[in-house]
Amino acid sequence: MKAIVNISLKEGVLDSQGKAVHHALDALKFEGVEDVRVGKQIVLKLSSSDKVSARKEVTEMCESLLANTVIEDYEIELII
Amino acid sequence: MKVSILQFPGTNCEYDTQYAFEKLGASTSLVWHKDTSLPKDTGLLVVAGGFSYGDYLRSGAIARFSPIMKAVKEYADDGGMVLGICNGFQVLTESHMLPGALKRNEHLHFISRHHHLKVKSKDNRFLQEMQNSDIVNIPIAHHDGNFYIDPDGLKELYDNDQVLLQYCDEHGKTSNPNGSVDAIAGICNKNKNIFGLMPHPERAMDLILGSDDGIKMLSGFFKD
Repeated sequence: MKAIVNISLKEGVLDSQGKAVHHALDALKFEGVEDVRVGKQIVLKLSSSDKVSARKEVTEMCESLLANTVIEDYEIELII
Repeated sequence: MKVSILQFPGTNCEYDTQYAFEKLGASTSLVWHKDTSLPKDTGLLVVAGGFSYGDYLRSGAIARFSPIMKAVKEYADDGGMVLGICNGFQVLTESHMLPGALKRNEHLHFISRHHHLKVKSKDNRFLQEMQNSDIVNIPIAHHDGNFYIDPDGLKELYDNDQVLLQYCDEHGKTSNPNGSVDAIAGICNKNKNIFGLMPHPERAMDLILGSDDGIKMLSGFFKD
């Protein structure tokens, strides 16, 4: 099973990289972009095939290491 | 006093830190991250600056799980003095030994230059030799120095006099190089035994190198 973890800055925490990318898109004349958020993706290959226990395990990984929950949110997607 | 200085793979300010504290009359020991205990007579533990573990994932995030960190936490829980400079500050926030977090600088650049700082609270062991509103000239060198804390956390910092230093210009007017909340450059924990700052006082020990304002800052640790 694969676990895909998407990490991004929390709503309300200024995303400077997102802002810079937004400016660059404006400079390239791409119109209609209202907001840009830049995050990171971590892909884990897991030996388990049990989605429930895998989600629990990956959540613990996010809470303890993968995300800094003071400033970041995370989403976990499991793919068998 | 014995000053113990942590060394992770990628730490690069440990020798400057050693030089600074030895200049103030301390004896120093470097402590490797794989060690599991601190020298018994440690009076101050410094988490030195650098790029521990290449700053992978987030600055300071991996160092937190080094074997030595368990001893560091126990030392701090027992009231031991801990000072985190630059990457050391990042390690201490990632370890939840200090509140808040350090984000990428607002304008995304790595900043390396001298910057003025204003003392906000001298009511602690670290800055006791300074006066409130004193201005010092100290080098900064960081990419992730943008201090963030939520509004409740910020209020708590002010209520307990935990905001130590603020970025300013040479006249003391607030000047924010990296987007930090309230231009905060350094804080301490509630018990005032764990200190963290992004600027490098250990690099401001000789006038010939631009400033010796670090001497007065760091000498506070040697007064009871």
